[in-house]
Amino acid sequence: MINNTDAVRLLDRKRKNNIIVPTMNAGNTRFGLPSVTTNEKLDLPLSGAMGKASSLGLGIALAQPGRKVLILDGDGSLLMNLGTLVTIANKAPKNVYHFVFDNGAYCVTGGQPVPGAGKDDWAGMAKAAGFAATFSFDNIEDLTTGIDQVLSTTGPVFVHLKVAPEIENTPVQFRQRPRRSVQQAFKDVATSVGGR
Amino acid sequence: MATEHYDSVLHPPAIVAELKKNKVSHVVWLPDSETNFMYQLLDAEPTIDLVSVCREGETMAIAAGLWVGGKKPVVLIQNTGIFESGDSIRGLGLDINQPLVMLIGYRGWSRHGLTNDSAARFIEHNLHSWGINYYLIETDEDAPRISLAMDEAQRTQKPVAVLVGTEFGS
Repeated sequence: MINNTDAVRLLDRKRKNNIIVPTMNAGNTRFGLPSVTTNEKLDLPLSGAMGKASSLGLGIALAQPGRKVLILDGDGSLLMNLGTLVTIANKAPKNVYHFVFDNGAYCVTGGQPVPGAGKDDWAGMAKAAGFAATFSFDNIEDLTTGIDQVLSTTGPVFVHLKVAPEIENTPVQFRQRPRRSVQQAFKDVATSVGGR
Repeated sequence: MATEHYDSVLHPPAIVAELKKNKVSHVVWLPDSETNFMYQLLDAEPTIDLVSVCREGETMAIAAGLWVGGKKPVVLIQNTGIFESGDSIRGLGLDINQPLVMLIGYRGWSRHGLTNDSAARFIEHNLHSWGINYYLIETDEDAPRISLAMDEAQRTQKPVAVLVGTEFGS
């Protein structure tokens, strides 16, 4: 299994000037992208509206076809909005890279298993939905070796990552809060891409 | 099949003209029976890109991405889809101050007495509970209210709804 922080660190290192939309564990302030990012102004972490990170990323990709958009989704999140795979594949943006961090659990609520944990064929679902290419990795060595090929493949690309769960049992009110408000994050990205 | 033209009702060209006048770039939508004649017009309109979704809650999130990326989207769904979209409207409409105009097919709307359709009976209460202002359009003469909604969304940096009473072909 891949360590969550190792995965986001690698993706951040390979990001260039592209946009990253992380959610759930991939967007966690302690061990997700916000803890390692080198370009926060192009990060758009989504904690509310669970399941919609991929939809948000699709919209950015359609508006900014000259940039790649890396969506770092959770398995529980994607299950809440599974139709998004068909929506993305139907629109077929060449600049979408949809990663699912498959840890098999609702980690922020204490680690309860998601439906289908360990049984789902995520890459198979994305392929069947019509993604241009799919990849699957279960260790950091292969991901490190393969990431350049992933990001040089024409999208929409789907990447399944088998990730170790990072379960949080600290009461929500005592957890580390994001440095930026969601409104500020949207302003930062909009300003950085010349959006508004 | 020929469609009879009624002067005192709402025709799709009036809506599309408003969208073009306001330089709308994308219509993110899921078809519904109140706006079913609009698809062909929008599909043929080169200045507007249609984004079809599988479920209505996707629309506000896709619109948020388009907006942050510099585009000017609207959402077009039925009132039943608004009930499904609550968390998206909250998290990716109201919370991020998105100036989003939502065109909403008003299923069950009637000026002729009470409707038994709960989709119609609950929708305005629902919008009130979020503090989302709305306009009603029923005829071509009402279509400029879309511009009012667009202006209000920009001015207040909040979602604004336009309830589409009924739409007729041609």
